[in-house]
Amino acid sequence: MNPLSWLKAFTLWEIVRAHALTLKYFFKPKATINYPYEKNPQSPRFRGEHALRRYPNGEERCIACKLCEAICPALAITIEAEEREDGSRRTTRYDIDMVKCIYCGLCQEACPVDAIVEGPNLEFATETREELLYDKAKLLANGDKWEQAIAANLAADAPYR
Amino acid sequence: MTATFQHWGMTYEWSWLFATVIGILVIALPLMLAVAMIIYAERKIWAAIALRRGPNVVGPWGVLQSFADGLKVFLKETIIPTSANQGLFLLAPIVSFTVALIVWAVIPFDAGVVLADINVGLLYILAASSLGVYGVIIAGWASNSKYPFYSALRAAAQMVSYEVSIGFVLISVVLYANSFNLTAIVLAQKGNVLGIFNGFGFNPLLFPMWVVFLISSMAETFRTPFDLTEAESELVAGFQTEYSSMSFALFWLGEYGNVLLMCALNAILFWGGWLPPIDWAPLYWIPGILWLFAKMLFFFFVFGWVRATVPRYRYDQLMRLGWKIFLPLSIAFVVIVSGWLMLTRYGAAA
Repeated sequence: MNPLSWLKAFTLWEIVRAHALTLKYFFKPKATINYPYEKNPQSPRFRGEHALRRYPNGEERCIACKLCEAICPALAITIEAEEREDGSRRTTRYDIDMVKCIYCGLCQEACPVDAIVEGPNLEFATETREELLYDKAKLLANGDKWEQAIAANLAADAPYR
Repeated sequence: MTATFQHWGMTYEWSWLFATVIGILVIALPLMLAVAMIIYAERKIWAAIALRRGPNVVGPWGVLQSFADGLKVFLKETIIPTSANQGLFLLAPIVSFTVALIVWAVIPFDAGVVLADINVGLLYILAASSLGVYGVIIAGWASNSKYPFYSALRAAAQMVSYEVSIGFVLISVVLYANSFNLTAIVLAQKGNVLGIFNGFGFNPLLFPMWVVFLISSMAETFRTPFDLTEAESELVAGFQTEYSSMSFALFWLGEYGNVLLMCALNAILFWGGWLPPIDWAPLYWIPGILWLFAKMLFFFFVFGWVRATVPRYRYDQLMRLGWKIFLPLSIAFVVIVSGWLMLTRYGAAA
């Protein structure tokens, strides 16, 4: 061992330097945000809670083509369809098992009428598992609730598609 | 205080008992409160160094976090593993906790403010803090589970290794102070260096000993660079693995009680205890107890700072540091310090 490394070992040089570094970090601004009160910016492509959208006249967009059901890699979507009185093809059942869902966004990609979308909402934790088995009513209600944000996000993303 | 009770018409024995019990409560209850706050403070220190925020929800700035945790722990069930030795299993946290508390009896908070002003205070501290490892060993053995058992073995070896060098460090302090009494040790530090500085730590001969003591005190309290007893990546939670609820909380309180104690010892043995760092009259206007608390808080910050900075030692590194570096170093310094004292203090008398 040469004298310099002896000196370094006995003065704990490296350890002192490490502590100087962490002390510098001690006074730095925080990297984390104060979550429930502050939130990170979100991309318009953010894939959050699902929603079924409607046309401006109130008619539901979904035409029960079952492409989302077919593409869903997690088999989270269940659709049953029937002819409505006016002859149009509509879903009688549209369930998403949010526990199975992997939030890949493929349902949204597959949908030809922009009916099923993943909205910006990520705060939909529930107290029971059953509450996460979404049915058509819940999804449509989500669509009504988040329509403005969803439409804005889709518009913002449209130039890149 | 004994005299006050006697004045109220009690016998000497009863007055002594009441005075002592009150003294114990006056030390132990604020200590528990301090431990709760210090856990919160430490979490904030780690968080700040990791650029996080730390607890900030319970109470203003999260200061009540420890009390919320305490309440949670209090409401949980105490689980005793069927294969554990029940009596010893429950005894272990009590031993840890009690031993962490009894040492505070000889800590002087200010001139004369000490529960038991015994003349061998330092030996008492050494003896009592060595007992602390029994809590860990009993816990590890009584759990009847492999990880706690490994942890107990490690704790025993680690405690023995570092207590040896702590012993030699304390010998040099005692040589300088000429006393085992903590109050006398603090008073011996007044104007100790150049007549200006209060504290053995300012003495270049004792400063390296303080560094050894600081590092050894982290090893004694099983804190991060030396937390092999609860190395979570190897031993789950070490000796605490099988513990839950209040039995777990007692370990925690004991651990942080010990940490605070080591901070107090650093302050008292090396940095002048309740004396201000510089022997200058206006500084004495600040009450001594505040000086002691300020020093303890500073050392606590250092403890937390180290814990947030240094990764854990490997077991062989731990043993190497204890036996092959600290032990020879502290023995050498005992020789150097006593030689220096022979030369300067006792002159040619020898």
